[in-house]
This record gives sequence, structure tokens and C-alpha cells, in this order.
Amino acid sequence: MHTHNACLALGRRLTLLLLLVTSLLLAGQALAQGADTEGELATAVPPVDAEIWRQVKSGENFIDTRHDSTYNLVNPSGETWRQIRNRWVSPFGLIAVGGMAALILVFYLIVGRKDLQEPRSGRKLLRWSTLERALHWTVATLFVVLALTGLNLLYGKFVFNPLFGDAVWAAMMSGTKLLHNYLGPIFGILLIVILAKFLKMNIPNKTDWEWFKKGGGMIGKEHVDAHFANGGEKAWFWLLATAGVLVIASGLVMDFPNYGQSRDTMQWANVIHSLGALALTAVSLGHIYIGTIGTEGALEGMTTGYVDETWAKEHHNLWYEEVKDQAVTPDSSPEANQNGQATQPPGTPG
Amino acid sequence: MATMKFMCDAERCIECNGCVTACKNANEVEWGIQRRRVVTLNDGEPTEVSISVACMHCDDAPCIAVCPTETLFKRDDGIVLHDKDLCIGCGYCLYACPFGAPQFPGTEAFGERGKMDKCTFCAGGPADSKEEEYEKYGANRIDEGKLPLCAEMCSTKALIAGDAQTVADIFRQRVVQRGHEDGAWSSTQRVGPQTSMDHLAFDATRQE
Repeated sequence: MHTHNACLALGRRLTLLLLLVTSLLLAGQALAQGADTEGELATAVPPVDAEIWRQVKSGENFIDTRHDSTYNLVNPSGETWRQIRNRWVSPFGLIAVGGMAALILVFYLIVGRKDLQEPRSGRKLLRWSTLERALHWTVATLFVVLALTGLNLLYGKFVFNPLFGDAVWAAMMSGTKLLHNYLGPIFGILLIVILAKFLKMNIPNKTDWEWFKKGGGMIGKEHVDAHFANGGEKAWFWLLATAGVLVIASGLVMDFPNYGQSRDTMQWANVIHSLGALALTAVSLGHIYIGTIGTEGALEGMTTGYVDETWAKEHHNLWYEEVKDQAVTPDSSPEANQNGQATQPPGTPG
Repeated sequence: MATMKFMCDAERCIECNGCVTACKNANEVEWGIQRRRVVTLNDGEPTEVSISVACMHCDDAPCIAVCPTETLFKRDDGIVLHDKDLCIGCGYCLYACPFGAPQFPGTEAFGERGKMDKCTFCAGGPADSKEEEYEKYGANRIDEGKLPLCAEMCSTKALIAGDAQTVADIFRQRVVQRGHEDGAWSSTQRVGPQTSMDHLAFDATRQE
């Protein structure tokens, strides 16, 4: 405390001395120029006032000693991004994905599986070629891995860190990030390929409008007119073609920070990426449900490539009318199968 | 328990970058990383003003709030530290921090970020041994009863560090002795002997 006081005393003396020198100088100047000393003082010692802080906020006319830096003193967009991510994006994801899962469960419990009404004819129609199935399952696997790792990046710390402890958690998270960042671009390329491949069969038309008006015939015994792809399939396609492409583009912005994109750009990319990806994850649950336990006979189309004639008749009647003469009987199939797979699936336009 | 804070007196900072150099020297941080920086407004004009800035060890730290791996954490004395074993280099702390404190060595393949580095208030970080701690985080001067080297070495004592209350007391005394109500950190309120820490710092994120 003594040294403190001594310092203060010394400081006071120094200040006095400084003031004296300054006033002498100013007096000299005042004598020389006849200017007002008050005005001189005001400009000689610029105060850190509200104007300075306004400037800090505006980001104008500043330099930073750090190499290649674009950082001002305070960059409030960081706090904005934090609020958007933690207050809006996080809860949105939980509501969207959790809500969709709950909705599907309730639907399954109340309405149940959409069974075939007629018995299977035993005759098969080629629906997906080997290439198409390979593409579908590759993209699907990548999607699931990316969705799970993405969810882990957003919510994992609330679940797995307390559960596993730091050591396992650290390995899990670095794995998560590597998978997400390196599989992401591969998914991006393959999604573009699959979108191009499936584009022709997904051009919307009037039949789809009718399909939607009747709810796709998901409830009840009614079957709605549909060509090779029904309204729901087309909606999923176009969601991937829009939101999916946005998610890929914004993901690449964050994945490769070495192109000089600004922090603000990456903040927005993150918001777009997480909102889009969470929405896609939620809707994908619906796609997975309808394609597996939700519809009898649907999954075999994507696993074996062939669907039963009865399934085609009930779910894609307009397509069935076009290709019904190409049905094959599996018993005589080894040759027929090979032939069928070598060519375009009969239903694919073009 | 004390709450540790930095404060830079903008009316004293002469942009000598001594704090930047002291920090580099005390912590031997990686090439390309500079934990402390000096921002100058209106460089070369009569209204020029400089402020030294690094991690401000926020009470409500955005970096901690957004980190997906809980790399960042706050000690009881308010110092925000990072655990390099947990960092995955996602960059979220960099997105969130208003002060540009978190930095990444851009040395990995495909521009992938390395482990985040930032000011530790010269308090090191989690490690098994003293050597490992120094290797990963730099000096742990707090452990030795010393303050951060940047503040200790500041030639004009513009940058002060320590318990928030002490820092506030020193600063308050300065303002009083400067003798005008907007002595340093201006606000709409009059800065005087009753001013608490909250009133001294202008909240630049505040909407007007």
C-alpha cells in the first residue's frame, strides 16, 4: 500500500509537471497564434468517447497488428451467431427431428403398415438398375453417417460427454469431425450425380397435384394415380435438389476455411447448413419409414431391383400400365435378370 | 474467489506492441499464432487511439456456449481455458468470439484447422506434467503467483490484469485523477467514485 501511495504521489507530481510543461507550450502557442487554448486541448488529447465506440462497432478505419487480420476490436456478429445457433437452431432441430420421429411412431401405431390388397402375382418388374441401387445405397449410407455425426456435433456434448468421460469423448468427437468433414464432399458429389440421374422421372406434373390432394393414399384402402415416381417421391427429390444442394454448398464453405472466406460468411453458412441439414434429417425419417416398414413390398425394389406386379399395380398404376408386358417370373430369372439389369429399367423415361 | 480480468486503458496505450511481444515470449506460441493484438483506430490522425486486446475471459463466454466438444471451460477464478486434447478444430469458437481471440494453425491437409489456441491469462491448461503444459499452452504464471506477462511488461501500464475489483479500483483512481467525467471509457452515465466495473466498460454489442 505504501509503494502504491508513493507511486500515486509520484504520479501526481509527474502529472503536475506535465501539466506545467503543456500549459507553457500552449501558452506559447496561444501567444503566437492567438488561438483559444480550450480548443487546442480538446484536439490534443482525444477522449475515448461514444464516438470511438461507434467507430469500433462500425468497423471503419482500423488497423490490427496481427498478420492478415480483419478483426476489429469488438466483432458483435459472433454473439448474434451464438444466439441464433443456441437459441433457435438447436431447439428447432430437436423439435423437427424428434417431432417427426414421434409423428411416425404415432402414425404407425394408429394406421399401421400399408399392406398389399391383392395377393402377390409372383411376377416381377424391374424398377431400379444395379447402378441406381448402388448410387442410392451409397448416398443413403453417407447421409445417415453425416446426419448422425452432425447431430453429435450439435447435441453430443449433452449426452455422451457425461456418459463416457473425457478420454472416450475426445476420440469420439475427433472421429465425428473427421467423418463429417471428409465424407461431406463425397456425399456432395454423389448427390449431384444421383439428382442428375433421377431428374427425368421427377419432373412434376398434374398427376402429382391430385396425388397430394388425396394425401398420397397413405390412409385407408384408396390408391392414388402415380407414374414411376409419385408426388411424395418427387417432393423428396426436389427437397434434396434445393435444401440438399444448399447444405452441400454451405458445408463446403465451412469445410475448406483456407480460401479466405470471412468469419461472417462462415457464420451464415453454419446457420444455413444446420437448418437445412436438420430439416432434411427430419424428412428423411419419413422417407425411410415409407420405404421400409411403412409399405409392404417397397424395400425389395431398392434391394433386389425388382418389385412385385401387384405392388406396381397398386402404388404406381400409370407406370405399371406402361411396363406390364415386361414382367418376369423369378424362377426363370437368372438370364432374365441379367438381361434386365443390363438395360435401362423399363419404367425410366428416356 | 477473485475474478480475473484484463483491462486496457485506451488513453495510455501507445501501440508499442510490447504486450504482443511479451506474450509471444512467455508462451512460445506456434508460428502464425498471436494471442494478443493491438487495434488502432484512425491511425495517423489526431484522433488516433489504440487498445490492446486478447481473450477477455468473458463472464458469459460465447466460445464455451458454442463449443461442441467442451474444449473450453471457465475456472473458478473466471479464467477461460482450453483443453487441446478435446479440440477438433471445428472453428465455432472463432465464429462466436467478439474479440477474435481463438486462432488456429492452418497447417493440416486440405486446409483443415489444427488445435485452437488462445490467451490463457498465463494460466496454462490441462496437462499431465509441467513440461507438457508449457509445450501445449505456454506459461502458467498464475500458478507461480505472477500476473500475465503482457500486463506486467506494459510500459505505460495501459494494460492491467488481475482481480476485477483491484483493476477497477486502479482504473477508477486514474479516472478521478484525470479530472474530467469522461476520463476514459465513456458512457452516458457519469463515471465517478461509485462506478462499478459494469459501468466502466462500454457494451459495444448493445443495440441502440
